[in-house]
Amino acid sequence: MNKPYVRPLSKTSWFLTQPRYKRYMAREVTCLFIFAYTFLLIMGLKRLAEGPDAFNAFVQALGSPLGVLFNLSVLIAAVYHSTTWFNVTPQAMPIQRGEEFVPGKIIIGAHYALWAVVSLIVLILGV
Amino acid sequence: MSERQIQLEVLRYNPETDSEPRYQTYSVPCLNEWVVLDALNYVKDNLDPTLSYRWSCHMAVCGSCGMMINGEPKLACKAFIHEYTDQIRVDPMANFPIERDLVTSVEDFIAKLASVKPYLIPKEDKPISAGEFKQTPAELKKFKQYTLCINCMLCYAACPQYGLVPEFLGPAAISMAHRYNQDSRDGGRDQRQEVIATDTGVWECSFVGACSEVCPKHVDPAGALQQVKVASTIDWYKEHLMPWMKK
Repeated sequence: MNKPYVRPLSKTSWFLTQPRYKRYMAREVTCLFIFAYTFLLIMGLKRLAEGPDAFNAFVQALGSPLGVLFNLSVLIAAVYHSTTWFNVTPQAMPIQRGEEFVPGKIIIGAHYALWAVVSLIVLILGV
Repeated sequence: MSERQIQLEVLRYNPETDSEPRYQTYSVPCLNEWVVLDALNYVKDNLDPTLSYRWSCHMAVCGSCGMMINGEPKLACKAFIHEYTDQIRVDPMANFPIERDLVTSVEDFIAKLASVKPYLIPKEDKPISAGEFKQTPAELKKFKQYTLCINCMLCYAACPQYGLVPEFLGPAAISMAHRYNQDSRDGGRDQRQEVIATDTGVWECSFVGACSEVCPKHVDPAGALQQVKVASTIDWYKEHLMPWMKK
């Protein structure tokens, strides 16, 4: 007799069943912080277009405790987002040299190095 | 050899009498050197001959004894008793319909695997007299890890995407397509792309990575799927932005 039983799977809480699913969701949720920051940058552009007074008020708001807290939480989320993605780059972009594959550590390391260089350039241009 | 009394909690389902599965606990005297499959065999031989499960080789080669052990997709022949406490819960592989006890339906996976044409499609026909298709060690190494797949389906049991969207072609089938696409002797990529570079193919994958974490043969299906995404994206750009680049 063929009467297969399909176990129900919650569409809304499936990720709570496994630690690795929670880690995955944590990685995915960080993109909301990136989205929020992008929105903040667009708001900054809008304030800039409105004139010096509006822009100064915007910059002042960024320096408020709430603004600092927001920036700090976005920074933490962005670092988590970036590092979790850097760490899986060898899986998505394996490089074969001759017979052997380039060790994953080198591919990950190259991403961190590039990140450092870009951050340094931004820092120099920003000062 | 030390002996331990293990409480083995097994999900039972009899399609002839049950409307839904239920747990049954067996008290099993286990040797510490045993694997969970040995404990199930003890139950079958000594306590309850009605218990149904699949197994064959007892050495992580046949891929038959996949099940959830304490919620984790494992081969029962590779799950050592000494790694567990005295209470072990055994469920059929997640995301698959249960046929009976620990036996799940495999038809869906078999059909998906067949759909990606997991065999060599030579670039051109050549007569046997022309000799073999040669391959360098580097060309072999490019895809070798994927040949280690034993079709145990643990990656499907681990994949939440497959659980939520059963139409998803899934990790092992797409990895197998990738294995042949990467083979220097093969010319069947265009045919396979029609199946794998689709919404229910590789684009259903959101890179949870669970498939690679649970693979008992250390294949990296998650990596294969991301590589297919990269190659498919390059295809799209070539086709839409640089039509003259198309082969």
